[in-house]
Amino acid sequence: MSEELVTLTIDDREVSVPKGTTIIRAAESIGVYIPRFCDHPGLAPRGSCRQCLVEIPDAGNGRGFPAPQASCTMTVAPGMIVKTQMTSAKAKAAQAGIMELLLINHPLDCPICDKAGECPLQNQALLAERVESRFDGVKRRYEKPVPISSQLLLDRERCVLCARCTRFAEEIVGDPFISLCERGTHQQVGFSGEQPFESIFAGNVVQICPVGALTSVQYRFNARPFDLVSVDTTCEQCAAGCALRTDSRHGTIRRRLAGVNPEVNGEWSCDKGRFTLASVPAEQRITTPQIRENGTLRPASWPEALSAAADGLAGGYGGDAKVGVLTGGNLTKENAAAYASFAREVLHTDSIDFRTRQVSDEETAFLRQQAPQVTYADLETAARVVCVDFDPEVDAPIVFLRLFKAVTKGKLQVLALGAQPGRTWEKLRAELVSGTPKQALKELDLTVDDIILVGERAAATPGTLDTISFLRAKWAWIPSHAGDIGALEAGCLPQADGLTVNGILNAAMDGEIALLTDDIELFAAEGALAKAFTVSLANHKEGIATAADVVLPTALVEEQAGTLVNWEHRAGVVNPAIPGTLPTAAEVLARLQAVIEAYRAYTREDDADFEDYEDDDDYEADEVSGFERPEEPPAAAAPPTAAAPSEPEASDAETTSEGEEVPA
Amino acid sequence: MTELLTPILSANWGVDKSWTLKSYLSFDGFEGAKKALKLKPEEVLEIVKESGLRGRGGAGFPTGTKWSFVPQDNPNPKYLVVNADESEPGTCKDMPLLLASPHTLLEGIVIASYAIHCHTAFVYVRGEVAHVARRLQAAVAELYAAGWLGKDIQGSGFDLDVVVHSGAGAYICGEETALLDSLEGKRGQPRLRPPFPAVAGLYASPTVINNVESISSVPCILRNGAEWFSAMGTEKSKGFTIYSLSGHVAKPGQYEAPLGTTFAQLLECAGGMRAGHELKFFTPGGSSTPILTPADVDIPMDYEGMVGAGTMLGTKALQVFDETTSIVRTTLRWSEFYAHESCGKCTPCREGTGWLVQLLKRLEAGQGHEGDVDKLLSVCDDINGLSFCALAGGAVACVTSAVKHFREEFELGYTTPAWEAFPYELSTAWAGGAK
Repeated sequence: MSEELVTLTIDDREVSVPKGTTIIRAAESIGVYIPRFCDHPGLAPRGSCRQCLVEIPDAGNGRGFPAPQASCTMTVAPGMIVKTQMTSAKAKAAQAGIMELLLINHPLDCPICDKAGECPLQNQALLAERVESRFDGVKRRYEKPVPISSQLLLDRERCVLCARCTRFAEEIVGDPFISLCERGTHQQVGFSGEQPFESIFAGNVVQICPVGALTSVQYRFNARPFDLVSVDTTCEQCAAGCALRTDSRHGTIRRRLAGVNPEVNGEWSCDKGRFTLASVPAEQRITTPQIRENGTLRPASWPEALSAAADGLAGGYGGDAKVGVLTGGNLTKENAAAYASFAREVLHTDSIDFRTRQVSDEETAFLRQQAPQVTYADLETAARVVCVDFDPEVDAPIVFLRLFKAVTKGKLQVLALGAQPGRTWEKLRAELVSGTPKQALKELDLTVDDIILVGERAAATPGTLDTISFLRAKWAWIPSHAGDIGALEAGCLPQADGLTVNGILNAAMDGEIALLTDDIELFAAEGALAKAFTVSLANHKEGIATAADVVLPTALVEEQAGTLVNWEHRAGVVNPAIPGTLPTAAEVLARLQAVIEAYRAYTREDDADFEDYEDDDDYEADEVSGFERPEEPPAAAAPPTAAAPSEPEASDAETTSEGEEVPA
Repeated sequence: MTELLTPILSANWGVDKSWTLKSYLSFDGFEGAKKALKLKPEEVLEIVKESGLRGRGGAGFPTGTKWSFVPQDNPNPKYLVVNADESEPGTCKDMPLLLASPHTLLEGIVIASYAIHCHTAFVYVRGEVAHVARRLQAAVAELYAAGWLGKDIQGSGFDLDVVVHSGAGAYICGEETALLDSLEGKRGQPRLRPPFPAVAGLYASPTVINNVESISSVPCILRNGAEWFSAMGTEKSKGFTIYSLSGHVAKPGQYEAPLGTTFAQLLECAGGMRAGHELKFFTPGGSSTPILTPADVDIPMDYEGMVGAGTMLGTKALQVFDETTSIVRTTLRWSEFYAHESCGKCTPCREGTGWLVQLLKRLEAGQGHEGDVDKLLSVCDDINGLSFCALAGGAVACVTSAVKHFREEFELGYTTPAWEAFPYELSTAWAGGAK
C-alpha cells in the first residue's frame, strides 16, 4: 500500500489505517461499531449528533482530552489511544446521555412508523443503557406529514436533525432544494412550497434517514422490514449498472433500495431505479401465449402458439423463410445470447440488432470495435470529460454523480457537445461546445488524460463516431438501456452481411422477411410489423404485442436470474426477487428451437407417417390453424408434442425428431 | 477609589460628539497608526506580542501570537474580521465603545491589517444594534474621505478596505466560525475545526478574528509602547480592560481599570450596592461564566485569578445581584436565553437547553418534582463538554454554579414558587431602598 499508515489503539487493540481516517472508520475496520446518526461514509463529516463520542486518554501526544470527543470528525494520530463504549464507562455514559437527549423530542410512535425494525435510532436506543427516559416534559410537535415532493413525505417531529438528507442534497447531487432552517429546538428540515425536492436522486434521502422522518409515498405503511424478503440485484433501468436491493412481501415487490457497490454506484441510486417496482404493472401483464386471429389476439396454449411461431419463422413445410431478429436493449446477457445463437443457428440469419432507434452504418462499425476502456473510477481522475450527445443526469444518472463528485473536488473539467444549456450542465460547471461534433472534437486537442462519453444519439450526426474512434482520448459509449452492452457482447448485431434494424424493417415492409422480436418499443415501426409475420416474446399488453401475430409471454427481469452488463462492460448479477411462473426468453427460444427443429426434421420424414397423426383422436388440427400454410395442417401437427418433452405422450415424437437431428 | 481607574479607551467618551474623526484626532487619534505605518509589518506584530495583549472577547488568547499564525506564504488574501457580535447577557463594553468612539476600533483595524498583510477587513456587528452599525459606517465613510482607508493610506502604499456587516441577530454568530459562515451569507452555525480560521477562515483564506476591545487596545500600544501597556495589569494578564457593571449597583456602567482589579474595588468605584441591600452573587464575565459569591470579592479579576476561582474572566461583564434576587428565576432567564440562542446544530445543546428550561420553569413555579435538582445537574452533565461548540458549556455553567451555591433555593422549588420566596417586585429598580 502506497499510502501512509497510522497506528493507534482502539479498545486495547492496535490498528493501522491510512492517514486522515476518522476514528469511527478506523474502529469499523476492526469490527467495533460506534453508534452514530449524522455520520455517513458517503457524506462529509459533520459532528453534530454527538452520538459517536469516545474517550481519548491519549491523543498521540501524551495528553488526553478531558471530555469524550466525536469520533466521526477526529482523525487518527500515531500512538493515539481510543476507548469506545465497549471499554470506557465514560464514553458509554456520554453516549447514553446523548441518546436520552435525542429521544426527548422523538415521538414514541414506533408501532406506526415505517422505519421501525430497521431504525438506527430504535436499535441504538435499545443498545444504550438508559432505556427509561427521565424526560417528562412537553415534546416538539409539527403538522405531519408534509410532502417535500410528490414522492417524499416529511414527519418533522421524528427528525433527529442529523442533516444527512440536506448534506446529501447539497454535497452529493447538487440539488439543495431542502435545507435546515430555524434554530435551536425549532430547527427543522426546510423546503420551499414553490420548489419541491425534485431531484432525480431525491429518494436516497429516505434510505439514509436514520429515523422515520423521511418516507416515500410508495412504501409508507406498505410493509414491515421483518416481513420483507430482500434480494440483491442489478438495476435494469439504464446502463449505469447500479447495485440494488429489492424487498418483496407476499410475492410483490414493495420497495427497492440502493445496494452498495463502491466501484459503480457507491451507495446511491436514482429514483428511476428506486421507485420502479414492477417492470410491467400486473394489470398490463401478458400471462398466456396469444395468437392473432382475424385481426385480434386470442389466448392459446403453449404448444399451439409455439407451433404457430415455428411455422411462421421456419417458413412452413419445407420452407426456409428469412427472418429478422430485434432483441431490444432490455434483456439480460443470457437472454441476448440465446437470441444471438437462435438467430444464427436456428434461423440461419445474421440479421439481428439490439438497437430499436435511428442507427447508421457508421455506428454499427463503431460498435463492432467496442471494448472496455473507461471505468467510473477513471472519470474521477480524468483531466477533461467530454459528453457527446450524452446527458449524464438523464441517460445514466450515476455517471452524473461521479462527474459531480469530481467537479466539486475541483479537478475535473466537463465539456458538452450537442447539449442545450440546462441545470445538469450548470451543476457540472460544464463548458458547452458549439459547432459540428466532428470539428469541435478535433479542436479540443484531447489527450490520453481525457475521456469522451458518447451517447447513442450520436448515431444521428454523421462523422461523430468515426472521429471519436480516431482521437487519442479514451472513450466509452453509454447507451440508454441496461441490456444494450450485454446484447452487444452477446452478438446481437450483424457480424457479417446481416441487416441492421433499418434493413430489417425495410425488408419487413416489403414483405420479404418475418420478424422475431423481444418486447421492444414500437418506434414508428407499425407499418413493418403490420406487414410482416411477427413473433414477439413480450410481457406488456400495450407494447409490441399489439402488433404481433404470435405472442409468447416471458418472465419479467425481476423474476429471473441473469447478468446485466453496464457501460463499463462490468457484469452485474440479476437475481430473481419474486417467483414467476413464466419461462425466460432463453427458455422460450429453446422451446421454439425444439419445435422448429422437430418441424424441420419432420419435413424430411416419409409422408406415410402423416396418417398416424391424422387419425389420432387427441389431436385436432383445426385448433392450431390460423395461418396460411403451403401444405396441409398435419405439417404443424408434429412439433407441438415435440415442444413439450415433459409430456409422456410426446416421447415418441421427441425421439423421432432427435434421431433426425444429427444428420440435419 | 477612582484613582484606580485607567480611562484610556474610554478617555474621550464624555466629550461632545466624541464619535467624529475631528474629536478623535484631538485625543491623539491615529498617532498609533502613523507610527505603525512607518514600521515594517513584522515590527508592528512584534510590538503587539511584546505588550502581552490578550484577547478581550473571553478566551484570553495572546493577540500577537494569533496574528503570527497567519501563514504569509498562503497565496490567498488575508482577512481581518472584528467580532462585534456582543450578545452575552450582561456584556456591554463593545457597543458603548463603538457608539462613543468608533475610530478607536478603526485605527486598530488599520494597524492590525497592516501587521498581518490584510487588505480587506470586516466588522461583524450584532444585528440588533442598527444604531451602532450606522455610527460605524459613518466613521468608515469619514476615514475613506480623510485618506485613512482605501488606496495608498496616508501615502504609505498600504491599501485597506473596511466592510461593516450587520448580523441578523444570533448569539451563536459571536462564535468565530459561525460568524464566518454568517459573514459568507450562510446560516450561522459553527464550523468543524480543523481547519482553523488562521489557515482557512473567511472564504477559505487565512483569517484573524479579534474582539472589538482587543483591536481597539492596539492603537494605544503603538502610541505609548509595549512597555507602557505591560506595566499595567498582572504578571500574565497585562494591560487594562473595560469592566461592565450592571444590576443592583448604585452606578452601573463601564469602568476601565488594569486587569487584576478585584470585584470589591470595582464595586466601590460603582458606588457600592444599591442603598440598603447586600451582594448575593455576581457573574465575573457574563452569564456563561460560573457565578461567584460575596466570598470571592477580593480575588483579582484577571484571566488566572478567575480560573483559580473556578470560573472565567469572560467579557468582564459583572452582573451584580442583591439578596432580593431569586437565583432560580435568574438561572431560568439565562437558560431561556441559551435555549433561544442555541443554533440547533448539535444534540446536547439543542435538546438539552430546552430540557433545562422545562425543568427550571417548574422549579420557579414551585411545581418541581422531588429529585428535579439532581436531574437538572445530571442533564447538565450530559451536555457539558460534549457539545459542538462552547455555547452549551456556557449554558450549563450558570446552572451548575447556581445549584452549587444555592441548592436549597432550588429545592424550595419543589414546594414554593420563587415569586413567593423572593417577591419579584423587590428586585426591580423602582422597589425603593431598604427592604
